[in-house]
Amino acid sequence: MTLLQQRQPAPSEEHEAHEAQPRFVLKWLTSTDHKVIGLSYMITSVIIFYIAGLMALFIRAQLTVPNSSFLSLQTYNELFTMHGSLMLYLFAGPFAFGGLANYIVPMQVGAPDMAFPRLNALSYWLYLSGAITMTLGFVTAGGAASFGWVAYAPLSTSQFSPGAGADLWILGIALTGFSAIFTGVNLVTTIFYLRAPGMTMFRLPIFTWNMLVTALLILIAFPVLTSAMVMLFADRHFGSHIYSVQGGGSPILYQHLFWFFGHPEVYILALPYFGIATDVIPVFSRKPLFGYKGMVFATMAIAALSTGVWAHHMFTTGAVLLPFFSLLSLLIAVPTGIKFFNWIGTMWRGQLSFKTPMLFCIGFLFAFLMGGLTGVMLASPPIDFATHDTYFVVAHFHQVLFGTAVFAGFAGFYYWYPKMFGRMLDDRLGKAHFWLMFIGFWVTFLPQYVLGLWGMPRRVANYPADLGWQTLNVVSTVGAFMIGVSFVILLVNLLVSWLHPVPAGDNPWDAHTLEWFATSPPAHHNFERLPPIRSERPTWDFHHPDAKTIAHGQRNGHEKVPLAVGGAANETAGD
Amino acid sequence: MASLDRVTPQPPGTRGVGAPATAGRGSPEAVSTSLRKCLPKWRLALWLLVIPVVLGGCDVPSFWQNHGATKTAQDEFSLYVGTTLAAVIIGVLVGGLILWAVIRYRRRSDEIPRQFQYHVPLEITYTIIPIVIVLIIFGFTFVTENSVDAIVHQPYSKVHVTAFQWGWKFDYTYQKKYVEGAQLQNPDNVGLDGRTCLESAPEPSYCNGPGLVMPVGKTMEITLTSNDVVHGFYVNAFNFSRYAQPGIRNVFDFNVLRAGIYRAQCTQLCGLYHSKMFFHVVALPVPQFQAWLRSDQLTPDSQPAPQSQGSGANSQLPPAYPPSSHAGNLPQTGTS
Repeated sequence: MTLLQQRQPAPSEEHEAHEAQPRFVLKWLTSTDHKVIGLSYMITSVIIFYIAGLMALFIRAQLTVPNSSFLSLQTYNELFTMHGSLMLYLFAGPFAFGGLANYIVPMQVGAPDMAFPRLNALSYWLYLSGAITMTLGFVTAGGAASFGWVAYAPLSTSQFSPGAGADLWILGIALTGFSAIFTGVNLVTTIFYLRAPGMTMFRLPIFTWNMLVTALLILIAFPVLTSAMVMLFADRHFGSHIYSVQGGGSPILYQHLFWFFGHPEVYILALPYFGIATDVIPVFSRKPLFGYKGMVFATMAIAALSTGVWAHHMFTTGAVLLPFFSLLSLLIAVPTGIKFFNWIGTMWRGQLSFKTPMLFCIGFLFAFLMGGLTGVMLASPPIDFATHDTYFVVAHFHQVLFGTAVFAGFAGFYYWYPKMFGRMLDDRLGKAHFWLMFIGFWVTFLPQYVLGLWGMPRRVANYPADLGWQTLNVVSTVGAFMIGVSFVILLVNLLVSWLHPVPAGDNPWDAHTLEWFATSPPAHHNFERLPPIRSERPTWDFHHPDAKTIAHGQRNGHEKVPLAVGGAANETAGD
Repeated sequence: MASLDRVTPQPPGTRGVGAPATAGRGSPEAVSTSLRKCLPKWRLALWLLVIPVVLGGCDVPSFWQNHGATKTAQDEFSLYVGTTLAAVIIGVLVGGLILWAVIRYRRRSDEIPRQFQYHVPLEITYTIIPIVIVLIIFGFTFVTENSVDAIVHQPYSKVHVTAFQWGWKFDYTYQKKYVEGAQLQNPDNVGLDGRTCLESAPEPSYCNGPGLVMPVGKTMEITLTSNDVVHGFYVNAFNFSRYAQPGIRNVFDFNVLRAGIYRAQCTQLCGLYHSKMFFHVVALPVPQFQAWLRSDQLTPDSQPAPQSQGSGANSQLPPAYPPSSHAGNLPQTGTS
């Protein structure tokens, strides 16, 4: 309550004083504005995304021919380690909960800023330092870390991975871990305490709901990772024996700790992107989200289950209770299925327009559908035994993570870009980006399923020539380069929008949520005024007072459906 | 226009989401609506029953999975095919719904569609059905998993497998037989029917790394551990993998059904030469296996096998393979 009072928009003359903030470099360095920090996060993470994507192209180039010597074994190991680490720790997570959430969540709840603006700034600078620390490994004598993004002990101990690259990697994870924890605290507080009058919990947009659940998951998972890393560092430098058998430690403890972080992490990476899709699909269907409350409970159920499934990454250790972890993992399919049906139900009988953000969301639906179904298969231990650590798993998690972080992530990028910069991205270039990426995506990852079933292990720099694996590897590489080219189109699009700006207006998509009520780009403390908040779609309600959400069971109810409500009116006429 | 759209045929199940929201407006149609509402669901259930039966009638595709060279691998194969079929059916249904929505409901006018949001019975339905599907899959998983993990109490033979950076040691302790090879080394190069591995394998790379020799039709118990980091013991044709971990001994067994050379390699990243850490399984008929156990070739760089060993193995040979060719080949490939 006190917080709320402190953060009320200041009187106008004081507001003017706020406007006299530093410009240019100083602004980016010193700002505590959630929008500036959010943009910093997004710019940094997208740059990292491009770097890590380039690494993926090197990896695919290496695998195009058998027994390839395009890269040395050491370089190859460093590249896939850093590709995974950059994508997961420094792009997919921070882009969502550091970038988009930072920018969008305060606006969606109608707040002037995050609850703790300075902590927010600290988060970003910790994240940036972590990112730089981790990638600096490439300039050390021994090269960057080369033990995979999971860094299993004992491979990651000083005995098997000496050198500064590994240490920098561990420190980088610890730093970004702290950054994530602080952002989590900030998001939870903002969502609980800084909601505008009328914005009840069940009127929060789903993106904000998902960010709340994600932030709680961060608070559960990241401290475990950070402590696992601290212990690893102690093993490496302070002579402790937490993970070494020789000293009475247990290597498998590392796997437990890592995956106790790692599986919630998968949902920390996925839930924000589900949130983006859940915000975008209703807007471009011109309908409210179907099954809003079910969606919220499904998100909570996924989060709850995700803390109890970590050992499905360890089925082949022979040291975990298979049926328990198998059943819980399979059950995650249920809330995920609910989400799918809710997305479909939202589109059902809508008026779908396929602007770039919507296209990316449709791409996400198909990508995540297949990734999810193969996930159900992998939750079955015998099938996992047959495919563990093969390209089948590689294809599975790329379909899931690429589907969420890239398809849905760039849906959000295209969707909110007009809000952030007040100018549109070109729709034709956006569609070219989508189609090239969509085709490239399937061409890249479908062959990898087959390669995995044929027995190609992951993280191998070479494969024998006589096994017939080359054709599919070539196909996969071609697909990867198609994805690469599609992201050049995005760069062109950004360039075009900067050279020939097309003004966006405040609400170009006829969107539903509060951020579209502010100006584009939003003013310093976001809102000059707020619409009345009577549902989870305040902006829509304001612009379409005649098209309010129809409650369940209210078909011919007291609320007369006006003729302007097209679909319903048509149905009435048909009857 | 609208009524025209409503009578266009729709795939089974597609009515589910939207239909109830528009049903029953007190018109003549409303009488039959409840019936029509049920029909698609019945048709859906029917399809779910019919498709597997139809597919069961023809050759069930293997979906690129190995049919399996051991009993448990075949169990895994059945589970894999069944689960994949279920996944394909669900994927086609859900994907079809998405595609249908995308095509059918693309924007045709600026009219604002009906703003419906909830249909609780429908939501409960699509919560319950996945739970049932998941429980069925779990049932099959549980049964298969128990058969895969079961260990025979009195195995025919035992071997200790130790993984190290970057190779494998196979220690037949009770028979005083020991094979060790790093990376591509294949120390004793044993193959089928007295031939060398290279002669009997489908492709040369099958023989990369040391050979783990097993009897056909008998249970071989494997105790797996690691000397240094975590490795992955993976035999593609056995549809099976298990981590080799320092400080942990994993015990499992195989009963290989067919003689042959089965390629295998380390699947868990274990350092610089991870991609070179091969081994292979040589499944020999019991007499040949016994003969191989009795042969006394011990170390990777041992001299060409003495003639006595060669003839010992030869005694098991079918007549098609004259002793001379075998005796000539074994030392050659063994030393190269």
